[in-house]
Amino acid sequence: MSLAITLAVLFLLLAVIWRFLGQYLVCVYSGKVCFLGFVERPIYRILGVNKDSEQTWKRYSGALIIFSSVSLILSYAILRLQGQLPFNPQHLGAVPQALSWNTSVSFVTNTNWQNYAGETTMSYFSQMVSLSVQQFLSAAAGVAVAVALIRGFARNNASTIGNFWIDMIRGVFYIFLPISFIAGLIFVWQGSVQTLKGPALITNHLTGITQTIARGPAGFMEAIKEFGTNGGGFFNANGSHPFENPTALTAFLSIILLLSIPVALTYTFGKMVGNIKQGLALLAAVVFIFAIWTGFSLKAEASPNPAVSAAHVVSQNNGNMVGKETRFGSNLTDLYNISSTQTSTGSVAGANDSFTPIGGFWLLTGMMLGEVTPGGAGSGLYTLLLFALIAVFLGGLMVGRTPEYLGKKIQAKEVKLAAFGILVMPITVLILVGIAVSIPSGRAGVSNFGPHGFTEILYAFTSQANNNGSAFAGLNGNSDFYNIAGSIAMLLGRFMIMLPCLALAGVLAAKNISPDGLGTFKTDTPMFAVLVIGVILVVGGLTFFPAVALGPILEGLTHGKLY
Amino acid sequence: MTITDAKNEPIARRLAKRKLLDKKIFLSSLKESIIKLDPRCQFKNPVMFVVLIGTAIALVESVAHSSIFTWGITLWLLLTVLFANFAEAVAEGRGKAQADTLRQMRSGTDARKLNDDRTETKCPASELARGDLVICAAGDQIPSDGEIIEGIASVDESAITGESAPVIRESGGDRSSVTGGTKVLSDQIIIRITAEQGATFLDRMILLVEGANRKKTPNEIALAILLAALTLVFIPVVDVLEPFAKYLGDNVPIVTLIALLVCLIPTTIGALLSAIGIAGMDRLVQKNVLAMSGRAIEAAGDVQTLLLDKTGTITLGNRMASSFYPVNGYSERDLAEFAQFASLADETPEGRSIVVLAKEKFQIREHQMQGNYFFVPFSAHTRMSGVDINNDKIRKGASEAVCSWVKEQGALLPEGLEEIVAQVSKAGSTPLVVAKNSNILGVIELKDIVKDGIRERFDQLRAVGIRTVMITGDNPLTAAAIAHEAGVDDFLAEATPEAKMDLIKSEQQGGRLVAMTGDGTNDAPALAQADVGVAMNSGTMAAKEAGNMVDLDSNPTKLIDIVEVGKQLLITRGSLTTFSIANDVAKYFAIIPALFAQRYHELNALNIMKLHSPSSAIMSAIIFNALIIVALIPLALRGVKWTPASAGLILRRNLLIYGVGGVITPFIFIKLIDMILTTTRMY
Repeated sequence: MSLAITLAVLFLLLAVIWRFLGQYLVCVYSGKVCFLGFVERPIYRILGVNKDSEQTWKRYSGALIIFSSVSLILSYAILRLQGQLPFNPQHLGAVPQALSWNTSVSFVTNTNWQNYAGETTMSYFSQMVSLSVQQFLSAAAGVAVAVALIRGFARNNASTIGNFWIDMIRGVFYIFLPISFIAGLIFVWQGSVQTLKGPALITNHLTGITQTIARGPAGFMEAIKEFGTNGGGFFNANGSHPFENPTALTAFLSIILLLSIPVALTYTFGKMVGNIKQGLALLAAVVFIFAIWTGFSLKAEASPNPAVSAAHVVSQNNGNMVGKETRFGSNLTDLYNISSTQTSTGSVAGANDSFTPIGGFWLLTGMMLGEVTPGGAGSGLYTLLLFALIAVFLGGLMVGRTPEYLGKKIQAKEVKLAAFGILVMPITVLILVGIAVSIPSGRAGVSNFGPHGFTEILYAFTSQANNNGSAFAGLNGNSDFYNIAGSIAMLLGRFMIMLPCLALAGVLAAKNISPDGLGTFKTDTPMFAVLVIGVILVVGGLTFFPAVALGPILEGLTHGKLY
Repeated sequence: MTITDAKNEPIARRLAKRKLLDKKIFLSSLKESIIKLDPRCQFKNPVMFVVLIGTAIALVESVAHSSIFTWGITLWLLLTVLFANFAEAVAEGRGKAQADTLRQMRSGTDARKLNDDRTETKCPASELARGDLVICAAGDQIPSDGEIIEGIASVDESAITGESAPVIRESGGDRSSVTGGTKVLSDQIIIRITAEQGATFLDRMILLVEGANRKKTPNEIALAILLAALTLVFIPVVDVLEPFAKYLGDNVPIVTLIALLVCLIPTTIGALLSAIGIAGMDRLVQKNVLAMSGRAIEAAGDVQTLLLDKTGTITLGNRMASSFYPVNGYSERDLAEFAQFASLADETPEGRSIVVLAKEKFQIREHQMQGNYFFVPFSAHTRMSGVDINNDKIRKGASEAVCSWVKEQGALLPEGLEEIVAQVSKAGSTPLVVAKNSNILGVIELKDIVKDGIRERFDQLRAVGIRTVMITGDNPLTAAAIAHEAGVDDFLAEATPEAKMDLIKSEQQGGRLVAMTGDGTNDAPALAQADVGVAMNSGTMAAKEAGNMVDLDSNPTKLIDIVEVGKQLLITRGSLTTFSIANDVAKYFAIIPALFAQRYHELNALNIMKLHSPSSAIMSAIIFNALIIVALIPLALRGVKWTPASAGLILRRNLLIYGVGGVITPFIFIKLIDMILTTTRMY
């Protein structure tokens, strides 16, 4: 498929998904579908949850924290006890403490940053029960928080914002499990491996060398890895491994899957607040930025790699093919990677590190915008709504009224929470990078020097604080420093945005919805989309410009000079 | 003691005429800007506090590593703080000057205090207590706020309202309140003092214009939080540049980092924020409106429903007789004659207009009354007035009242009467029926005259999304006709104070903010309930205390101006914030290449303004950052222009001017400053 057709099909399919998955999400979270009642009811009984009870934002947050803490402890325990647990054909021992911690945090926060190679570190049990389960749960938790925030906007004078346990369970059973199952079947049909047998030994009879080929239950994990915007692969090579992502079709399917929920949630938002155009305005802003980033990234990767050109060794007619699979070519790999960095998924079909400096710039900055274009499952929408609130605040002042979003007055409390939620990520990233470049254990992990090495560190913390999980490679993250600093970035980037969002949901739900008039600043217009785009770009640009100037921009300007 | 100044000009008008900046304010503001350097003072404004700390660090650095560059930066950082102080001082200075003018009005003369035994003692006005009785005769200045309990007088209120025509004040009713500082022109009144000393209207007015107890408004607080967040985030952004640079084998001087930080944090809006708020209050004072709180002004910008009294606001105060419609075979002249009889003693404007109309149409002169006659005054009970001559009872009044009076005498209603009454009502006029004993002579049409240009004002309000509701005691038919003629969106007919209150509450329950005007004591609860309650200065004390604004001109259409000031206030803040943030783009392009270009000359590609040298680039950015504050002081004081238009249009305009303009302007000026610095060989 040519690039143009690929893009056209992608956008067309996403439009359909936006409409129908978006509507389905509305039904799921407003309790309108209940064909799995027989599964739900016993679980509610065990948890002691009343099907009709709702929670205030504080209780909702409490439930989220308890749930995430238990998840964290369980997955940490499994990794540490891996040697004693079943489904371990390679007889792998316990995962080291710092790495177990980093990995557990990483999967519970929907980041899927991996400081390990799956095939040589994790037993099948760890992959399935510790990691893959979290891929379902963390995605469902993200969507639950997004839906709670939407309810905050939609409700008038209400004290509750839904029930976390019900949102979680319904999310897992009605959305993530069924769709991942179907997608998993396609992956396996296309050639992803799905087996509990240990690694295969293949002997080359000509050379007499025996090779160990890693296998495992990878196919179905692949589906939730993409659909839940997780990104954590079974194998180290992630989406460029033929057992994970065997064909161009699965690569394309992956792109569709990882964009589905974040895109569809804008429809869900519009529908739940009673005006689909409200969701459409947000979607327009998101698509605009996504298209720009994708376009420039494709352009950058279609050009020759400056370092390779300088060496005069090979022709580069197909663009920059360094670190890319010939199965996919430059365009599809780039589309896969840029989609995954813009959705906080972080799976890769080629090495980010080998992108051209400018290509790398688009990957990195896509995350720096706060993972809202369209961002992760749930996290994309709730973070986007924070940007929208700031846009409403500025826009509202500029038309001379106390700013209102969807009839809710945006005042000191809302501004405080939104500003906090938006700024926690850049501050976390910059401070951690500042520490990493200053201390020996931080500098030790870097394999390149100068701007490129700097970019590697910057990328690592940007990726983790944004719960993306893609790596720029070149940086050895499996050290105590990076494992712990990374886990701090991931936890702050996840919960310090979720909690302000839930608080916002509570504050907003309690407010009156005032009717809009001619004097109200309209938020379902192209003008508003422009303003949201402006706020996203300005906040991202102003906070990261110096850092990016010293990283990819400087590297790009030096034309691939290696340090 | 005079209540006008030397030029014999009413003070209120002088306030309005004051220039943006005169020499006196300028000099005192200069002094204030230095005094305000006190860190305790700066601490209230986190943005400028960061600049002040930065200045201090830069100063230490300059002493340690003295160079033209470090001293230059330190100087301009200090100037940045001073300019911000200056902006605030100017805004406050204008208020203070106004307060001084008002203070001159405070009575220094003795009051004639009335003792319990009706004897008089002289007593300084400042010693009067609440509840004291004072007597004021022609030529006396009223010593304090109070209520007339005896007598009637014409009072010159020009000192407060700027309106030179004297007003009538009398005991009882809605015109009984008097304000300290005004002057009795004729007659004598006894006043009960209703205000404690120091809490009179004038005292409050002085406090207000001085901004002594100015509290931050909700939107101001929200914006201050955003600005604090934007300041806070730039501290790590700039701080980490030091380790970043070290890692890349470079070194950045701390003074440069401070310069970058100050350039990035929103100093422009941070410096002007409080000036904008003070100036907003000030602009209202210039429109002769006193707002009791900044919150009320802001609420005015948010108002979605405007309740306006029909009489005096939408229509000219008084209804005028316009036609006679005879029935029962009487001629128009007969009707006019008897109508005039019935109105001779009627001193109301309506009554007089009937006499005038009779004279104009039929040259009926005022009759010399002969025989036994007795005037029957209007009473709320009978709803009729008239005259008894000999044995004839002549009455005029509301149609139902007169009709039932006639029916009581056993007579039938003439044919066609009902139609005429209905027709007159439908046209928005008030029908008065005239009867002589049991004979109905006809109908007088009292026409309500809608004010010129009021329709256009309502159209403007509609354009900005404000719904106007007319409040009237008229019947629904009349009300509908006038509402249609005036172009209001809705009306409340046969309004009682309770109905008014219910309307406000139901609007508020729907999430709308309501503004209303009122002057009577029975308006007080509604004024208090409304989000913006504008009391007329001519109204009662109770009304003035219930509302959160007082209109000194007693002009109800002023609400529209108040809404405008409220909106301007928010727009100015929003626009300058956008401008301030948009400025950062150019400053980054000036400073980042300058910071690192020595080590990594490739980064010079980002020097798109082609600034001369790293130090000239940084200097230019910091100079621009300081000067833009001064350049925007007039805008902050005057407010961003606001024209009634839909929100979308206003946003597009402001986003273009302050957003896009905010990105482009600094590129031009930083380049210019750089050129000046370079050509003068300062760097």
